[in-house]
Amino acid sequence: MSGAHEHGHDQGDHRHPPQPDADDTLAYPRKLEIAVRELLIEKGVFTADEVRAAVEDMDGRTPERGAKVVARAWVDPEFRKLLLADAGRAVESIGCDWNTPHVKLTVVENTPEVHNVIVCTLCSCYPRALLGLPPSWYKSFAYRSRMVREPRTALKEFGMELPERVVVRVHDSTADLRYMVLPMRPEGTGSMSEAQLAALVTRDCMIGTAVARRPEKSGK
Amino acid sequence: MKPAFSPGDRVRVRKVDAPGHIRTPHYVRGHEGEVERFVGYFRNPEELAYGRYDCARRALYRVRFLQCEVWPDYAGRGNDTLDVEIYEHWLEPAAKP
Repeated sequence: MSGAHEHGHDQGDHRHPPQPDADDTLAYPRKLEIAVRELLIEKGVFTADEVRAAVEDMDGRTPERGAKVVARAWVDPEFRKLLLADAGRAVESIGCDWNTPHVKLTVVENTPEVHNVIVCTLCSCYPRALLGLPPSWYKSFAYRSRMVREPRTALKEFGMELPERVVVRVHDSTADLRYMVLPMRPEGTGSMSEAQLAALVTRDCMIGTAVARRPEKSGK
Repeated sequence: MKPAFSPGDRVRVRKVDAPGHIRTPHYVRGHEGEVERFVGYFRNPEELAYGRYDCARRALYRVRFLQCEVWPDYAGRGNDTLDVEIYEHWLEPAAKP
């Protein structure tokens, strides 16, 4: 596709600058990845289709998995107890594959007194099996440094005004744990089904940079 | 094999500048915290990073630090905390405050 184009609309005629294709840089790590992948395929260690399938599988993991876990914990006290004690076993028990046995899933619970938030200051550790790929800001230097250094200010920028009385607990995922936040169940959800509850659980509330959605009130 | 520390123990993170693949963040080195839980035994990432997969497993803890002790100018509440996973060989016992 050509870069610049001309067209007319409300703002009047103007010329857009060429939009860089973010995927076109053959930086060293990318060259290295391609070289190693092609060699391994050539040597028969795995096939190109297996690589493709692995990427497809990774992309197929979305925060809906985590939301399902949270909704179950909201309706089932026994499950909640197991989730906080042994999260890996708990999620496996409802058919969510925690497919990284070398790291330990750890769920931290928000309460009216404590707000939890997760960060990985050293890289980008994230509970991918439950939340999918991390958002780009999670991997940014600003998030990784500010969330440990000034969490209340950083959370405010995410739109979270925490009352003074709430303790902020930052979890730096430095080694073999992967954290997920169990958000508080919103008020006025007593009659909702597990599936309806899951729809209130967003990615960010399982990272701790938001709270779960409030149910929409009918006839507001 | 028994873990050297138990939940509630006061510990200090060793203040050393070691080369290699270290998972102990600089910002807690030299600081004191409290063992929140013993997590289990895991292969040492400092060895794993160099392909030494048969290395011995090390005890891993979650250590809880008070934000206001880690950052002297911390702007939040006095009991806000920072929980960090730290391997046993990076910890030494500290006296109760």
